[in-house]
Amino acid sequence: MRLLTGTLFALAVATFVGLGMTYFALTRGAAFGALPIDSWTAWPKTGTVEADPYARASIARTGRLPVALGDGVSFTVQADDNGKPLDGRCEVVLAGITPAARYWTLTLYNPNGDLIANSINRYGFTSEEIVRRADGNFEIVAAPRANPGNWLPTGGIERYQLVLRLYDTAVGVSTKAGREVPMPAVSTRSCP
Amino acid sequence: MIRWVLLLLGGALLGGIVHLATVIILPRTATQDAYARLTPIAPVNTVVALPIPSPEKAVMPFMDPAFASAVCRYDLSEGPLKLTVPVSPAYTSVSFYTRHDIAYYAINDRAAGRRVIELDLMTAAQHEQVPEDEEITAADRLIVESPTLMGLIAIRAMAPEPGLMPAAQNAVAASRCLRQTEPPRSRK
Repeated sequence: MRLLTGTLFALAVATFVGLGMTYFALTRGAAFGALPIDSWTAWPKTGTVEADPYARASIARTGRLPVALGDGVSFTVQADDNGKPLDGRCEVVLAGITPAARYWTLTLYNPNGDLIANSINRYGFTSEEIVRRADGNFEIVAAPRANPGNWLPTGGIERYQLVLRLYDTAVGVSTKAGREVPMPAVSTRSCP
Repeated sequence: MIRWVLLLLGGALLGGIVHLATVIILPRTATQDAYARLTPIAPVNTVVALPIPSPEKAVMPFMDPAFASAVCRYDLSEGPLKLTVPVSPAYTSVSFYTRHDIAYYAINDRAAGRRVIELDLMTAAQHEQVPEDEEITAADRLIVESPTLMGLIAIRAMAPEPGLMPAAQNAVAASRCLRQTEPPRSRK
């Protein structure tokens, strides 16, 4: 009896710990080889055959096709530079420049990776559409209501993420965070 | 007391094994991965244009709305494939994925350096059967080796502005992936 309860206890712990860790790892999108630059994170290895088992599991679970490394690199941001999660009811400002790339796109998704419906059918910007200042810097405002300049509508949803994809770029597996890879600063300006 | 602590430790250790096993097995059992999502709409060895993602409907999550895209779900069991992709005005890329959606090769218009990206896709075994002299004379042919018999080719053309989307869609729609019916000949 003691043996039976002991075994059952150990197995229950194993199931709980094992599946719990798997769930946690996959919902957090954990993978090795992360390239964090400021608040942005990319996983360049996820777009190669060297993708680790966590990256493979996450690709299979979400059902996406990762950006292949020969094509580009995708950076994701879920919280601003102060660690506050991106909130669609607030005004979030992206300011600065991007690393060198032939083109880039910035897209706003909900946590499941769907686009957000809005009145002007704008889901993001490309590097060609952005209005820049004279020095080449740009400012994008993600906000629920229309804003002058580069306005990215959030639809007022509670949580969202921004994905910056650099196409035909030298940023990759061997890139180290530093001066040659400047990412736009992310800050929450005003919250209702 | 000691006994329960040991059981807890043993259970946690076993849990680690369960965790690793589930992570490794998951891609093989996933029913909603990109390949499975594309199977009903993409016949084998044919280029199928995908609808531009919208909030209501998207074939896959995290698609880039600035791109027109098409896929060719391939099966090399009957021979190599020939892929031709006309280059769109802005940026065009071709990415190759295994059956489990792992990218193993990608090329863009600038790397291809021509108006049309032309590729031969084959397995390592099929590549070995290509006569060596032919490979030299046909040096302008780019050969891509697929690690798996089946997989996906994603063809994507960028529309830097919404007005350029029709041109990008035309470029991907004019792409072809065809099974090579005759052995590849060298071009003079």
